[in-house]
Formats: sequence, C-alpha cells, structure tokens
Amino acid sequence: MRCIQKIFILSCLSVSLLVAPVHAGENPSFRGKSGTLQIAGGTAHIPVMRDLARVIMTEAPSVRIAIAGGGSGVGIQKVGEGLVDIGNSGRRPTDREIESYGLVLYRWALDGVALAVHPSNPVGSVDVATLSAIYKGEIRNWKELGGPDRTITLYTRDAASGTREVFWTKALQKGAIAETAHVVASNGAMKTAITQDPGAIGYVSVGHLEPGIKALAFEGVMPGVDTVLSGAYPVSRGLYSSTKGEATGLAADFLNYLYTPEGQAIIREKGFIPAGRD
Amino acid sequence: MGQYCFPPKDKRETLFQYFCGFSAYFTYCLVLLLFGFFLFFAYPLLKSGGYFLLLVTPWQPLAGNYGIGPMIAGTAVISLLAVCLAFPVSLGAAAFCEAGLAPRNLVRWVRPVFQLMTGIPTVVYGFLAVFLLVPFLRKAIGGSGFSVLAASLMLALLIAPTMILFFSDAFRAVPGEHLRVMTAMGAHPEEKLVFLLLPQARSGIVAGLLLAAGRAVGDTLIALMLAGNSLAFPSSLTEPARTLTGHIALVMASDTQSPEFRSIFACGLTLYLITTLLIFFCRRVVVSERGKG
Repeated sequence: MRCIQKIFILSCLSVSLLVAPVHAGENPSFRGKSGTLQIAGGTAHIPVMRDLARVIMTEAPSVRIAIAGGGSGVGIQKVGEGLVDIGNSGRRPTDREIESYGLVLYRWALDGVALAVHPSNPVGSVDVATLSAIYKGEIRNWKELGGPDRTITLYTRDAASGTREVFWTKALQKGAIAETAHVVASNGAMKTAITQDPGAIGYVSVGHLEPGIKALAFEGVMPGVDTVLSGAYPVSRGLYSSTKGEATGLAADFLNYLYTPEGQAIIREKGFIPAGRD
Repeated sequence: MGQYCFPPKDKRETLFQYFCGFSAYFTYCLVLLLFGFFLFFAYPLLKSGGYFLLLVTPWQPLAGNYGIGPMIAGTAVISLLAVCLAFPVSLGAAAFCEAGLAPRNLVRWVRPVFQLMTGIPTVVYGFLAVFLLVPFLRKAIGGSGFSVLAASLMLALLIAPTMILFFSDAFRAVPGEHLRVMTAMGAHPEEKLVFLLLPQARSGIVAGLLLAAGRAVGDTLIALMLAGNSLAFPSSLTEPARTLTGHIALVMASDTQSPEFRSIFACGLTLYLITTLLIFFCRRVVVSERGKG
C-alpha cells in the first residue's frame, strides 16, 4: 500500500515537472497569482470566457474565476454597480452608461448575426425591404419569395438578447416584429427550432452557424468570418467587456490575455473574429 | 392549555414546541413579506395607470406599454386545458388502481411508476417534447408545433401523477367497513366506485385538482420551451402563446433599471394572487366538507 502511494506521488510530481515548463512559456503573467475574478453578462461571450478561465486556472490553481450569464444589460449594470469585476455585453454600452458608471471598454471580437432558415428551404437571400415585411408579418408564405407553399414561422429572441438588438437595429432597421413571432431564449434554442421547422426564419450569431441550419445572404452578402471582417456584411457587432474604471490586477491580466495570440486563438476557435480595442 | 398536560412537559419538549412555532410563524411572515415585496417593486407601474392598464395594453416596451394581458390569457388557457386533459385521465387511473377494478399485481407495479413520474424534472419533459411532440404536432395539425396545445399536453403529463396520487389517497381514506357493507350487498366494483368512493372522496379530489392546477399555473420551463412565447393573445390551440412564468423568465435577463424589469413584479403579483385564490378555494372546499362530515 505504502509503496503504491509513493509511486503515485512520485508520478504526480514527475508529471507536474514535465507539464510546468510547457505552461511557463505560454503566459507567464498568471504564474503564482491568486484571488477571485467575477464575470457576468452577455451569453455570446461565455464560450470564450470559459476556455480562457480554464487555461488560467490550470496554470494558477489559486485563481478562482466565476462566469455568469444574464445578458448584456445585466453585465453592464452589474459591473457598473461594482458587483462583478468584468461585465460582458454584445453591444457597445451607451454613452450614458459609460459616463454614469465610469466604464472602460475592451472590444475584443467581432461577431456577425446571420439570418437562418431550414436547410430544405430553396430561398437563398433577402433584402432589407423583404426582411422587414417578413418580420412585420406582411409576407406570410414562402411562396411569395419563390419558395414552396408554406407558412413562414417567425422566430426572434427575447428583449435582453444582444443578438436581437443588433439584428433589430441593423437588419430590420428598427422595424416592427410581429406579435405572433415565436420567442426563444438563446442561440441554442434558436438553432434547435430552425433545424426542426421547415417554415422557419430566425437569426443566430455567426459563431453558431452549423449544417443543421442554412444561412441567408442579406443584401447579397453571405454572413461569414471574412465578410464580417471586411465590413461587407452589415449585421455585425463587437463583443465587449467592461470594467469600472481602468482594469487592475487579475481583471487587467484576464482582459489583456484576450489580445495575446493564445487568447485570439481561443476567440477564433469559438467562431468569432479577434479584434483590437476601438 | 399547558397546565393540564400530564405528565408535566420537560424542557426539551417546550423547546421543541417553540421551535415548531417559530418555524410556522417564520414561514408565514416570509409569505407575507413576499407579497409586500412584489407590491413595493410593482408600485411605480401600478401607480402610473393602475393595475387595470396593465391588463389592457399590449406589451411594447419601446413604446412604454407593459401590458401583461396576453400572458394572463396564455397562462389561463394553457393551464386550464392541461387540467381538463389530465383530470379525467387521472381520475380514471386512480379509480382503476384503487377501486378494485385492476388486478392487485398490476397495481403493485403501476403505483410506483406514478410516484416516480412526480419526481421527473420538468426540463426533461420539455426537452423530450421539443424533439418528439413538437415535430409531431407540426406534421399532424400544422403551424410551427410550438403551441398552446404542445405546452398543455406536456403540462397535463406533468400534473397527472400528482392528481393520481392525491385521488388514490382520497379513495383509500374511505372507511373499509363501508366498502365491506357494499360488498355484502353484492355490489360490483363499479357500483362501489360510483355510489360510495366518488362521493366520499369528493374533497380529496377537489384538493388534488386545485393543487395540480396550481402546479400547472406555476410551471415555467415547459411553457418556456414549448408554448412559443409569442406576444399575441392566444387565438387557437395551434398558435403560440406566452405564459406569465415564461414571460418573467424571458424579461428577467434584461436591464434591471428598466421599467420592463419592474413590470415583471406585476406578473409576480398576478401569479401570487392566482395561486392564493386557488389555495383559498381549495381550503374552502376541504373545510366545508369536513364540517359536514
């Protein structure tokens, strides 16, 4: 028994010795640090934040990072009230919010919001006028757009969604959304709904596009990493993180990590486009 | 009453009594506090136009309208339909198991299943229904499948086990002598059910019905996942609708400074009142029955 324990401890030690130098080269800033970091807000950010936190906490086990959702509005409000260290938002905080809370912004990625339909739908593109008419409930059948004779099912997101905010401002030009539109609570729920419903039209973050749903070209431009990057695809937004006042300590280290090559690799891996501060 | 106690109470007993009393009052106060809390936070909205305005205006946060009428209608339609679907089935199932209509062995196997069903989390029902029931309804009756009907069907499945167990207990509470008397008179199980068990178990049946209705009104995830959450008044069973609970879940994530956020306290208040009314009605029935007996 004793012997097995010894072997176990020895092997653990040797593994940690093997691993340590590899990590040391990646990002020296977290080694030996401790403390807690609270993050809340936009749900689009969570995949990137979670991966980053995992990397950091592996490297510095005494650092605790808690990540919560809640939506863009909640993120801005919580960081402004000093309840969390970093507040995420899928929109730029308004000038009033920045001023009254004393927020400092970090924009670290670009994200497009793509129109999506069921893969069996032959319709391939829409323009601003058609889209507004669809979402107002004036065009009710895919037949009118050259598709099959099938009722259009509208899907939209809840009021707290940053994705909805961008879609509504930039694609619908702040036009009305019919009261009969289905409301889903997340990008994931939107994907599930569209995958199943041949008559569906909805919108998801470009990072969430997958074979089960078909992206529509909007004003002749297909949504994608390159078109969002070049600015050709208009329905896009920055992903922001904010701190109350200039970031200090762990929060500053965490946010700076987003701009390192490792951080940018994670951002890219999650389907977003790494961006510099604006 | 303490002075008549015999043998005299020891200290631990008194302590325990105080503890129980404290628990009861504490819970009581919490519930009252909750009501005050809702009132306090909903007050700014209630003040600006009265509760009535909330019922008649549409939900247009951008235009400053925070009506919850469609959600109240959605809640009413969905939970009423669920109760109407579940009640006869549950009554039948309970009667089948408890009134001597089913073979003993079968009952021994079926009752634990009902007990198990009460413990299944609603999110599991919702998740399964999204992939099985919704596509089925879409093919069978058209629309998107996310509809009043989908939510009601799953809610019915959710509340049925509660009802069945309640009804079963009510049937079991009927004194065995009465049953034996009827058996001696040569009554069939069906006759025992109709002329003895059902009338005797009436208060238990009503109590189970109302509690299940309360559960249907209060459930959030099934409505959120299956009802479609549209803002329009429910116009048909195949159309989507939004319930008060689903509405709270959808709006709660928004900016806590906004009037939208405040309006969900009005929703909470409404749900509180609906539940209070249900419980009040439930107690009235049970108490008046007991008085008669």
